[in-house]
Amino acid sequence: MDKLLLLGDEAVALGAIDAGLSGVYAYPGTPSTEITEYIQASKEAKERHIVSDWSANEKTAMETAIGMSYAGKKAMVCMKHVGLNVAADAFVNSAITGAHGGLVVVSADDPSMHSSQNEQDSRFYGKFAQIPVLEPSNQQEAYDLTRYAFDLSEKYGTPVMVRLTTRLSHSRAGVVRKETKAQNRMSLPSDLKQFILLPSIARKRYNVLLAKQEAFSEEGIQSGNNVLYEGSDKSMGIIASGIAYNYLLENFPDRDIPYPILKISQYPVSRKLIKNLYDQVESLLILEEGYPIIEEGLRGTLDEGKTIRGRMDETISFAGELNPMKVKKALGMQTNEGYTVPEILEARPPLLCDGCPHWDSFGALNEALKSYSGGRVLSDIGCYTLSALPPLDSINSCVDMGASITMAIGAAEAGLVPAVAAIGDSTFTHSGMTGLLDAVNRKAPITVLLMDNATTGMTGGQDSSGFGKLEDIILGLGVEKDHLKIITPLRRHHDENVAVFKEELAYEGVSVIIARRECIQTLARRMKLKHAKKEETVS
Amino acid sequence: MKKDIILAGVGGQGILTIATIIGTAALSEGLQLKQAEVHGMSQRGGDVQSHLRLSSKSIASDLIAEGSADMIISVEPMESLRYFNMLNTKTGWLVSSINPFNNIANYPDVEQILAEIWKLPRYVTIDADKIAKDQGTVKAANIVVLGAAAPFLGLQYTSLEGAIKKIFGRKGEFLVNVNLNALKAGYDFAQQKMQKSTI
Repeated sequence: MDKLLLLGDEAVALGAIDAGLSGVYAYPGTPSTEITEYIQASKEAKERHIVSDWSANEKTAMETAIGMSYAGKKAMVCMKHVGLNVAADAFVNSAITGAHGGLVVVSADDPSMHSSQNEQDSRFYGKFAQIPVLEPSNQQEAYDLTRYAFDLSEKYGTPVMVRLTTRLSHSRAGVVRKETKAQNRMSLPSDLKQFILLPSIARKRYNVLLAKQEAFSEEGIQSGNNVLYEGSDKSMGIIASGIAYNYLLENFPDRDIPYPILKISQYPVSRKLIKNLYDQVESLLILEEGYPIIEEGLRGTLDEGKTIRGRMDETISFAGELNPMKVKKALGMQTNEGYTVPEILEARPPLLCDGCPHWDSFGALNEALKSYSGGRVLSDIGCYTLSALPPLDSINSCVDMGASITMAIGAAEAGLVPAVAAIGDSTFTHSGMTGLLDAVNRKAPITVLLMDNATTGMTGGQDSSGFGKLEDIILGLGVEKDHLKIITPLRRHHDENVAVFKEELAYEGVSVIIARRECIQTLARRMKLKHAKKEETVS
Repeated sequence: MKKDIILAGVGGQGILTIATIIGTAALSEGLQLKQAEVHGMSQRGGDVQSHLRLSSKSIASDLIAEGSADMIISVEPMESLRYFNMLNTKTGWLVSSINPFNNIANYPDVEQILAEIWKLPRYVTIDADKIAKDQGTVKAANIVVLGAAAPFLGLQYTSLEGAIKKIFGRKGEFLVNVNLNALKAGYDFAQQKMQKSTI
């Protein structure tokens, strides 16, 4: 059969479609975005009426997926690792309710923080919730394990996590597709109280979850996802999980690895399997992408057993993603060296696009703030975070989605008046609205710069949940009409925009200034499409 | 056959198009491939790279190991320097455009950048913008660079032509021809340079 050239993300998407998916729920986030986008663009997904609209945030996505599972259909929810923090309440509790229709949670981690604010490891969340976690090592496994995740979920009535990392999410390779399974019909759980987590029911459900743990680790062996390969050199045994396994293989071009190897793609890992390896070798090397979760378990608190090497003893640096060379060094093999990078090389950080409305929004804000002392702009997550860099140097914080407004309240209540919150439209509807309600209720002296570029720009221009509704939302939350201003961030409106900012900064209550102009990228794309359509009709 | 290629440039310069053309050509020859890309924040005018790996055998890692790349193909001169540590010092070729993409305040002197490249034993530096303009559009500069890299890719030239026809086919005959000509012009330039250096 022909191989399809797919990103790891796309392989997950196709695996889900072929597993009989009925709905994918997600908020965009690098490196997970392309999963949902693939399903949105898929003709087959359309024919199968697979729901794939973006959700307002990861929590609403997770809950909607639980609802679809409750009603008996297969649901998938996708997010980046920090999105799982947002969804965590629903996620952890879904382990207690269990699943009815297959429920798969995909979390894409970003070790080395290519596009993120931390490198947290989602496998910890899986362990925390006590549900199975699958960790594909390549694109084919991403496809196969996503299909398997739905089977596992329905077999045990449990949510299942698929954990990806950037280098798998965003790398292409050939994938062989298997048959497409039927979607589920709507059906309700046999126990209609299963999803009511009243303490009396939750206690029972928790025991149900605990009772499945042994079977979960046995599944990892039966499925063939965790395999022990024999090796003649017993001086060292290697445990390699997820894509770390590829980096191990890479260092043996003829695949002639002399050591016993335990390849792990599924958690929890059977104690039997680990003991089998441990007993036959003198020492162990643990290769895992992300935090040392397997390694920590093996060492235990006392760490008095055989020699174990990994990230915790700095055989491999604790921070940062793995690569073939780090693994080669850990194996004690001679590494290749390239040429020395010339000293004249300069860094080239990303920057706002030419013509981006954020240039003009921050240009005006910077000028309006000149008469105040610095350090007043609490910001948020989006392209506009790049205004932290020269020449704008506009903002003073970026912590998590929606934190601009709430941090501004706290700073204002500590005496920083005026405090400014700078947030984008998509981030505002993701997690900023509740913070604005707090501000209104407390009459906090803050000025909110709401940059409405009509899209989720940073992740490539996905639909923004609040499109066309922002004024209604803001007024509905109780912001006074006189202190809701709308400006057009353009160079030629600079002076009047500065005047609006100055006026609202002086007001000792909640102001919202919407700076409204379409993202230059989505505008260009729209114009190109329009042009192409015109040409089509002409010819 | 094994070729490990680092593609380098600035977000928006079209390195993924180069990757797609090489990838399509490689698949048409029955080769295996892996291609790691950069998505997300860095695409906004920052440095971007792609690891493209071709092989007649199965490929394990999505990333190329340091000091192991057979080629660096860069559509921007300073960006080619960023991956010097990746290049195999015994066999590696560096192919780069000489046209700077200057969006930073402290961009180094272009002559100094080229001097660093010219210290390498195997390189092609090419005025891709000028050659692309001569073929009809400066937008095809990335394809000119690909053409200059073509002699070292280990792929049939006709496979690359076939890939361009397949990829640009939907966009019309004009664009197909512009890109085929750009590929040829880059290819000829590299061939001439190689002949000169062997004399």
